[in-house]
Amino acid sequence: MRALSFALALALGFLTIGCEKKNDQGESSARSGGTPPPPQATGTSGASGNTNAPGAPSGGSPASDSDVILLGEVGSLTGSEATFGISTRDGIELAIKEANEAGGVKGKKVAVRVYDDQGKPEEAANAVTRLISQDRVKLVLGEVASSNSLAMAPKCQSGQVPMITPSSTNPKVTAVGDYIFRVCFIDPFQGFVMAKFAKENLKFSRAAVLKDVKSAYSLGLTEVFTHKFTEMGGKIVGVEAYSKGDSDFRAQLTAIKTQKPDAIYVPGYYTDVGIIARQAREIGIKVPLLGGDGWDSEKLWELGGSAIVGSYFSNHYSPDDPSPRVRTFLSKYKAAYGGIPDSLAALGYDAANVAINAMKQAPDLSGPSVRAALAQTKDFPGVAGTITLDENRNPVKPAVVLEVGSGKNKYVATISP
Amino acid sequence: MADFLQHIINGIATGTIYALVALGYTMVYGVLKLINFAHGDVMMVGAYVGYATALKMGPGTRTSFLGAVVVFLMSMACCAILGFLIERLAYRPLREKPRLTSLITAIGISFTLEYGFQLDIGFLPGAAPRAFPEIIVPTEWLIIGDRDVVLWNWQVLSFAIAVALMLVLQYLVFKTRFGRAMRAVSFDHRIAALMGIPTDRVIAITFMLGSGLAAGAGILYAIKDTIVQPLMGLYVGLKAFVAAVIGGIGHVPGAMVGALLLGLVEEFVVGYTSSTWRDAVAFGFLILVLLLRPEGLFGRVTAEKV
Repeated sequence: MRALSFALALALGFLTIGCEKKNDQGESSARSGGTPPPPQATGTSGASGNTNAPGAPSGGSPASDSDVILLGEVGSLTGSEATFGISTRDGIELAIKEANEAGGVKGKKVAVRVYDDQGKPEEAANAVTRLISQDRVKLVLGEVASSNSLAMAPKCQSGQVPMITPSSTNPKVTAVGDYIFRVCFIDPFQGFVMAKFAKENLKFSRAAVLKDVKSAYSLGLTEVFTHKFTEMGGKIVGVEAYSKGDSDFRAQLTAIKTQKPDAIYVPGYYTDVGIIARQAREIGIKVPLLGGDGWDSEKLWELGGSAIVGSYFSNHYSPDDPSPRVRTFLSKYKAAYGGIPDSLAALGYDAANVAINAMKQAPDLSGPSVRAALAQTKDFPGVAGTITLDENRNPVKPAVVLEVGSGKNKYVATISP
Repeated sequence: MADFLQHIINGIATGTIYALVALGYTMVYGVLKLINFAHGDVMMVGAYVGYATALKMGPGTRTSFLGAVVVFLMSMACCAILGFLIERLAYRPLREKPRLTSLITAIGISFTLEYGFQLDIGFLPGAAPRAFPEIIVPTEWLIIGDRDVVLWNWQVLSFAIAVALMLVLQYLVFKTRFGRAMRAVSFDHRIAALMGIPTDRVIAITFMLGSGLAAGAGILYAIKDTIVQPLMGLYVGLKAFVAAVIGGIGHVPGAMVGALLLGLVEEFVVGYTSSTWRDAVAFGFLILVLLLRPEGLFGRVTAEKV
């Protein structure tokens, strides 16, 4: 009996604490649905981007009342694609800092609220719901991974909040609706670039494919690469699959090895690619791997070691580009974060600048007006190429092919649409 | 033919890891009738301790024989302590409660470890996968043809370690005083206590042994897949559980055989059909075994005590 009453008291105690917490956040938390990730707000406060905000503004009061224009960002700040989210966030923050130093937009400062989705589509959907319904952001930036962007896009479309994905290359993302934009090229083009490079520059005729069946990005690239490579006269000698989260690829690689390909197309993300490269070399595969922009991370060298050196991937930009636009961006980025920006940072920077530009052009900051201004984007000088959005809200621009070296990627070729 | 041999090598390498984890599952189940779902995550912690120790040592010392042994011992010791703490703090207070309570607690511990290790505070590593430093310099043991089939030293070593540990465990359970106490506790821990067996101590030591085994498995796993990440224990834990059930849970050599079988089945499914079928076939295999031999391949039929 005593134990029971003690347990009851304990339960009551928890209940009280729970209630207090709930009151703390106001009615808003009930609306967000699911467990939202911890908030991170940055912008006016500085460039470091690690200041934890003590919580969302109390629900109900629209942000437009204040003198800050709030943008939302969803990214994978943790998880196996963490460098994607972090690089993108750094690029976005740099652009916003510059815009604020130049006087902001319509006399107001711009701030961005960042939520971590751990690289998971369901978390991304939760986070964007929270940004739209609770934080009342004017515009959403993100995600990097196409699967996550696809989870977010319908929410932005139905909420009439424009969304710009910096680097989701799957065509389906912008096809969700007229509120969804991007500042990078799309998969058909990226698959085409690698097929052309493999066939014409490397003179390969036999290719195998190792795709991630859980990733929209990987499947999209595979489809186009396979189609184009065959069309150009090459032969796809084997298609094997893995699922995100696997870390043993030896069975697939052994099966590929017996087909004796000239190269293996691995349109995955850097974590998987690094491990795949190691295991391929281990079981005696010597041919280069080919891939897409999902390889672009410093972690590739850590995880792949010497095994990944000599492989090729298509990308959005190269830090070796001599154009003054890229040089200025590099020096600014270096001053702020002390490193060489990868293409995710460059695209994040571009996306934020396109957003700021559109908000300046738009007559007011309502969703439809900003959307209309975004759709007019033409010849915008982005770091990763000049951006002109076509009628499907996708930019048309060339891609570069990089060769993975030890600790640095080497620019090999530019391939135009 | 060459690829067939290579598949067998790969399958046994995977099965070896499952086996080491399954041994821990089986042992704890044998004594407590508790499925310790946190076991795979203890393995993950073991891999991280090994990772941290190896990094501390630097590239010169960690590849020496002594260095590798220190990495293993350090990680096994830390996990033994972790296993002790988990048992003491989470399972012992619930031992007289319905078994479901302990099971749910085990899932809770599992999540605590998985998500705790994704935090980026203090000594915790953060969620991104890390490359595991080489503590055994990989060298080829056997090469057939133009690298058609490659067998590495660490694959042989892992297998040898797994077999050795299984034999040690078998000896421990059936030939020692402690083993007799373990079996007595397994039979009925209340009666065992009445007979003067220190049940708490026996259970605690069983947990420590199982967790130490898991730590060894964690390091071998990290050597095999070259990375450590916070969720690495999730699937391995599940698969090892399946392996333990296939072999007959509670049965030590059964766990080993079940694990090697499962590893090979998975490898052949992925190699000759498609990787999307792997988990379906693995769990289908489990269902098949349970239908045909509910006690597992080696398990003994026991009458349920009512």
